[in-house]
Amino acid sequence: MSRRRHSDDSDDSDGQPHKRRRTSEPSEIEERLESLICRVGEKSNSSLESNLEGLAGVLEADLPNYKSKILRILCTVARLLPEKLTVYTTLVGLLNARNYNFGGEFVEAMIRQLKECLKVNMYNEAVHLVRFLSDLVNCHVIAAPSMVAMFENFVSVTQEEDVPQVRCDWYIFAFLSSLPWVGKELYEKKDAEMDRLLSQTESYLKRRQKIHVPMLQVWTADKPHPQEEYLDCLWSQIQKLKKDRWQERHILRPYLAFDSILCEALQHNLPPFTPPPHTEDSVYPMPRVIFRMFDYTDDPEGPVMPGSHSVERFVIEEVIFAELFQLPSPPHIEVMYTTLLIELCKLQPGSLPQVLAQATEMLYMRLDTMNTTCVDRFINWFSHHLSNFQFRWSWEDWSDCLTQDLEKPKPKFVREVLEKCMRLSYHQRIIDIVPASFSVLSPANPVCIYKYGDESNRSLPGYTVALCLTIAIKNKASNDEIFSILKDVPNPNQDDDDDEGFTFNPLKIEVFVQTLLHLAAKSFSHSFSALAKFHEVFKTLAESDEGKLHVLRVVYEVWKNHPQMIAVLVDKMIRTQIVDCAAVANWIFSSELAHDFTRFYIWEILHSTIRKMNKHVLKIHKELEDTKARLARQHKRRDSDDDDRSSDREDGPLEEQIERLQEKVESAQSEQKNLFLVIFQRFIMLLTEHLVRCETGGIDVFTPWYKSCIERLQQIFLQHHQIIQQYMVTFENLLFTAELDHHILAVFQQFCALQA
Amino acid sequence: MCSGGTLSILRSDSYVDLSQYRDQHFRGTRYDQERLLRKSCTLYVGNLSFYTTEEQIHELFGKSGDIKKIIMGLDKVKKTACGFCFVEYYARGDAENAMRYINGTRLDDRIIRTDWDAGFKEGRQYGRGRSGGQVRDEYRQDYDAGRGGYGKTVQCHFQP
Repeated sequence: MSRRRHSDDSDDSDGQPHKRRRTSEPSEIEERLESLICRVGEKSNSSLESNLEGLAGVLEADLPNYKSKILRILCTVARLLPEKLTVYTTLVGLLNARNYNFGGEFVEAMIRQLKECLKVNMYNEAVHLVRFLSDLVNCHVIAAPSMVAMFENFVSVTQEEDVPQVRCDWYIFAFLSSLPWVGKELYEKKDAEMDRLLSQTESYLKRRQKIHVPMLQVWTADKPHPQEEYLDCLWSQIQKLKKDRWQERHILRPYLAFDSILCEALQHNLPPFTPPPHTEDSVYPMPRVIFRMFDYTDDPEGPVMPGSHSVERFVIEEVIFAELFQLPSPPHIEVMYTTLLIELCKLQPGSLPQVLAQATEMLYMRLDTMNTTCVDRFINWFSHHLSNFQFRWSWEDWSDCLTQDLEKPKPKFVREVLEKCMRLSYHQRIIDIVPASFSVLSPANPVCIYKYGDESNRSLPGYTVALCLTIAIKNKASNDEIFSILKDVPNPNQDDDDDEGFTFNPLKIEVFVQTLLHLAAKSFSHSFSALAKFHEVFKTLAESDEGKLHVLRVVYEVWKNHPQMIAVLVDKMIRTQIVDCAAVANWIFSSELAHDFTRFYIWEILHSTIRKMNKHVLKIHKELEDTKARLARQHKRRDSDDDDRSSDREDGPLEEQIERLQEKVESAQSEQKNLFLVIFQRFIMLLTEHLVRCETGGIDVFTPWYKSCIERLQQIFLQHHQIIQQYMVTFENLLFTAELDHHILAVFQQFCALQA
Repeated sequence: MCSGGTLSILRSDSYVDLSQYRDQHFRGTRYDQERLLRKSCTLYVGNLSFYTTEEQIHELFGKSGDIKKIIMGLDKVKKTACGFCFVEYYARGDAENAMRYINGTRLDDRIIRTDWDAGFKEGRQYGRGRSGGQVRDEYRQDYDAGRGGYGKTVQCHFQP
């Protein structure tokens, strides 16, 4: 270990400060300890047992000097490396056998950590800790009766009054999901108590409500696989495990090899554990629905297994797709799963691609009952995946969709996939890769439609102005020049030519926007430059709400063949405040867009709009908090300075700023609430119209359009649930009242049930 | 005591680390450049086909977050696309996700490469090769249909 001399710093030719490197032995040893502990259980030339034994020896020797460090590291791996749970419980078991006090201190540290996790809503990590503790029973570190006592406290949470169901759910989940590890041992020592716990669990599971389940299911049908609510599924599995007398063969149990050592060890009793009480700030995990894709055993016409080890591949894919389709959101960003599957295909080129193709086929066949949000994800995944494999696919296998109504899920899916594939390549490529019969599903050539383009259109009102504008813009006209050209445009809405104030003039908007977008059609950058250059004109023309709506309408008219362009233009217009979020929402629900209402790009635009609104609120909120913090620091400095000369006057500017920001936050939140109000209102209107029409006409409500629309409403709730929760009272009082049709109200009630 | 801690093996995020490349035209110290790279929201994207459009880039890179701006790399002489671009995100986290999940995958059938960029400055949209394109297209020996065929020096041999 070298020590850099002080004079070395001045040798730095960059002239930049370097932190003087203090090589302290303790921190190196701590890093080494962490590395040793983290690496045990990984691929090694020695056996796991000998590695564990060796490591236990090293750690025991380091205990006098590094005990708290070792405690911290072990607690952290228990929390963050659940995949190596039994490796680390065995390690702790060995340490406890050598040093009883250490074992006791570790258990205490774990309990403290568990309480902390629960207090800060880290429930996934808390489950890892509970499982770890229960496996410590198998390693003779914790006495079984005290573990049972802890579980008794967990299960008694179900007796608490006035607490959300999701709170009780978590404690039951933590209890049940530990049983595969420790059920056998606990039953051997305390079978009567365990039976009581299981029976209490069963009665809780029977009485808990499951209104939320339909909202979280990937498919609306129960065939071929029922999608069980996660606790029901776990309960069935535990019951089966119990019937099998807790014989479980999948969990690796290294401690079995050390039985003779471990059974000599003295055990500790867990201190009595009281679950932290429910508070206003408690946020429990959302319920889940279990996703199943494959049946490995029954159906003889099911997937053909390419080899004896292929079950793993099916399991891998099922797990990946389960995460990708998880509602409300996947645990990771969607694109990660695409890249993961591509990497897996590269690693196992002889088998995984085929299984993936089978999975795709299976998902395609079940599109009719697949939740719309999940179909979106399927479309995104499949098109992106194909773009990495030269778009090779046996499209003819899907010719069945050609005979169906284009609004049905299968042809709709293929259309959207082809459109997304085109975005990642180009129009002719897509025409080339699909059979000729699929042309009805092929995307339109994404060209601009300019209504004033043809000489034959010269009778259109505004045609001559459009020509003028074209020439002016090509000659680098300024905003003022544009205004003066537009002055000549008559207002079809008004009888008298009152052009003093620029009141809403749809023809002006039409002529200007059509011409400009047409001139800038070459690329996104050209269009963005155009928006920026003539921002003033846009702002003026779109000053009123009707103006904003009309701008959006014209954008659509020009670019309806190129949804991607519409999306980026809408995004830019919101960001440059030419239109606002509410205008976009109203435009999406307008009759002009009814034809495209179920198309994927519309919902991408709406959700992107909502997200921008949400980010805006967060940003201003953060500014406010930061400014408040600055003021607090200023106060603190003044207090500690004890300077008579400073005065409260210094606070003035900051306090003013805070007041202004406070107003900004309130105004932004009001805009945010209003956006959701508009969206929900329009949904209610649209759906009610359909329901009434069906009822009076005596036709079935459940058309493809209806399924799509009601699931889009669900999607709004699920994707933005945290924000919506904030304004629940308003929505409940203003919109989702008891008078609403029960079909629509059910969506709201399911949403409420998610965190009830 | 323990809830906040993490493990260094879990902190490793190699896809997001800086590469060895440093822009030689950067005005400032190495230290400045690296500081900018570490908080940059801008990515350099290389090995594009000359025919890849801004729209395609937007679609692909939009998968990791909202894009603020795309600047196409141009041949200094011809002012046409020469196979690279800059993608700027609003948020650093979105750029990091692109480095993790989009770098090394295909766009227009080509494996593309992303790297951190210290930030766009006027002039950086041009290739720095002698012929106007990128340096790598000056000297390469292979035939690449998406990048103008043979390298420039090789092409010169065919045209005396």
